[in-house]
Amino acid sequence: MKKVLGLVSVLFMFVLSACGAATLEGDQAADNGEVEEKTPEEITIGLSISTLNNPFFGDLQRGVVEAAEGSGSTVRSVDAQDDTATQINGIDDLIQQGVDILLINPVDSDAITPAIEAANSAGIPVITLDRSSEGGDVLTFIASDNVEGGEMAAEFIIDLVGEDASVVQLEGVPGASATNERGEGFRNVADERLNVLESQSANFNRSEGLTVMENILQSYSDIDAVFAQNDEMALGALESLEAAGMTDVIVVGFDGNDDALDEIEAGRLDATIAQQPNEMGRIAVDTVYEYFAGGAVEDEIAAPLELITAE
Amino acid sequence: MEAKNTAIIKKKERRSDLYRKLGPLIALIVLMAIVTVMNVNFIQPNNLLNLLRQVSVNALIAFGMTFVIITGGIDLSVGSTLALSSALTAGIIAAGVPSVIAIAAGLLMGAFLGMINGLLITKGNVAPFIGTLATMTIYRGLTLVYTQGNPITGFGGGFAFQFFGRGYLFGIPFPVIITTVAFAALFVILHKMTFGRKTFAIGGNEQAAYIAGIKSDRVKTMVYAISGMMAALSGLILTSRLNSAQPTAGTAYELDAIAAVVIGGTSLAGGKGRLVGTLIGALIIGTLNNGLNLLGISSFYQQVVRGVVIIIAVLLDRKK
Repeated sequence: MKKVLGLVSVLFMFVLSACGAATLEGDQAADNGEVEEKTPEEITIGLSISTLNNPFFGDLQRGVVEAAEGSGSTVRSVDAQDDTATQINGIDDLIQQGVDILLINPVDSDAITPAIEAANSAGIPVITLDRSSEGGDVLTFIASDNVEGGEMAAEFIIDLVGEDASVVQLEGVPGASATNERGEGFRNVADERLNVLESQSANFNRSEGLTVMENILQSYSDIDAVFAQNDEMALGALESLEAAGMTDVIVVGFDGNDDALDEIEAGRLDATIAQQPNEMGRIAVDTVYEYFAGGAVEDEIAAPLELITAE
Repeated sequence: MEAKNTAIIKKKERRSDLYRKLGPLIALIVLMAIVTVMNVNFIQPNNLLNLLRQVSVNALIAFGMTFVIITGGIDLSVGSTLALSSALTAGIIAAGVPSVIAIAAGLLMGAFLGMINGLLITKGNVAPFIGTLATMTIYRGLTLVYTQGNPITGFGGGFAFQFFGRGYLFGIPFPVIITTVAFAALFVILHKMTFGRKTFAIGGNEQAAYIAGIKSDRVKTMVYAISGMMAALSGLILTSRLNSAQPTAGTAYELDAIAAVVIGGTSLAGGKGRLVGTLIGALIIGTLNNGLNLLGISSFYQQVVRGVVIIIAVLLDRKK
C-alpha cells in the first residue's frame, strides 16, 4: 500500500515535471556567455558573512567593504548569524537585488550548495571566502594557505632552537581542514629536521590545550618547543608549562587573535602565524575587478599569512 | 440608561475587535509600502515569492504555536523538535527508505515529540514554560547525539524529497503551497470545529471548561502534538532546501514563532487569538527581514528593529 502510494506520488511529480509545471530550484541553466566588462564604479558586490559575532569575520567584512568602497563600488552585505537557513535567505535577497557578483563566506560547506546553485541559475558569479563549497559552480575560493603556515611555524622553531630540537604538536579538531593542512605543513618541515615527541589533539580548545599539555609533561620533561595549531590551544599549553616552571619552552600559535597578540606583547607567547582576514577581503575585491576586466581567475587563491613575534 | 451603557460598551468592544482584526494587517501594508518606496525591487513578483518562501518556515511553526498559546501554554521546544525530526528523517532516507514514507515518519516523529510535551504538562502537571524548556535542551541534545554534532548531508532523497523544499509548482515555490494548505486545514480545525472551540475554552477558563465536560488533558496533549508536527513539517522544508540536516537547525526559532503569534494579536494569557493574525505576524517579521536586507541595513540594527516592532505590537494590543 505504502509502495503504491509512493509510486503514485512519484509518477504524479514526474508527469508534472514533464509538463514543466513542477521544477526544482537551480534547474534552469544559466546563460553563461561572455563576461560583461565593468568598471569598479558600476559593480555592486553582494557579501554574505557567516557571523559578525566573530571578530575574524568582522575583519573580513571590513576588508571587503573598505577595498570596494574605496574604489567606488557598492557593497550590500548580509549576516547569517551562523545559521545556514538565514544565510540562504540572505543570499536569495542579494540575488533579488541583482548584485553583479556574490562573495560568500559559508556557515557550512555542504548546506551552502543550494544557495550557490541558485546564484548559478541567476547567472551571478560566486567567490567563496575562508570556507569552500561542496557543490555548485564557484569562480574561485580564497583562504589562508594553512600548509604554508604550518611550514612557517616549523621554520621559526628551527631558527630559535636549532635542528633536531624536541617539539610537541597540539592538533585541532580531527578531520577539520585546518587541522589537516596545518599539520601537513608542519610535518613537511618537522619530519626531517625536528624531533617530534608527541602530536595530540586538543580540539582547538584552550582548556583542552591546558590538560593535554599537562598530560604530555607527565611523560616528557625535556621539551624545547610547542606548536599549537591555533592560538587558543597555545594559550592553554602556556598555562600548564608555566605551572610546571618550564617558561623557557618556545610556544607558537596560529590565527593571530587578540589574546595571543597581547601575550606576545607581554613576552609569554613566542609567536603566532597570523591570518589576515582584512587582507583576504581586499584580495577578494581585487579578484572581482580582475574578473570584470575580463582577466582569468585561478581556481584557488591563497591569502598571505604573517609570522608575528615579539620584535 | 442601563441599556444605553451596555450599548456603548458593546460598540466599544466591537470597535476594539475590529481594531484587533485590522491592526496587524494595516501594519503589514504600511510596512510593505515603506519598503517599496525605499527599494522598488521589493514589490517585484520574484521577490514576493522569495519572501513567501522565506516566511513559510516560521509561519508553519507559528501556526502550531498559536494553538498552544490559545490554551494559555507555550512551546519552547519547537526549534529542537525541528532539528531532531529533521535529523531522523535524513537518517532514514540515507538508510534507503523512500522519501514519501520518510516524510510521513518525520511528521509523526514531530507529533510524538510534541505529545511528550503535552503529557508532561497535563499528566505531570509541569508548567508549560518549564516542561518545554527542559525538552528543548533534551531534544537538542538527542539531535547532537544522533548526528554526533555533524550535519547529515548527501543523503539524496530523490526528486520527491528535493521537491518538498526546492520545488516550484506552476511557478509557485512548493513550501508556499504547503503553508497555504496547512493554514487552511488548521484554520478549519481552530475556528470551525469543536476541537477549536475546546481549545479556546481551555485557554479562557480551564476550570469552567472542565466543568463543562471538556477533557482538557486530551485536548492539550493534541495541541502540543500539532505544534510538534508543524515544527517537523517546517524542518523538512528546511532540510530539503539546504539539502542537509543541521544539528543546530532551528536554534531560537521558537522566539520568531512566538513573536509572530503575539504580533498577530493572540493573547499570551490564552483564550483569545486568530490564526489569520499569526499569518500576518509571520509576514510582518518576514517582510522586516527581507526588506531590511534589501535596504542594506546592518543585521545588528535588524535585531533592534524586530524587537521594537514586537513591543509596538504588544503596546497597541494593550491600548484598546
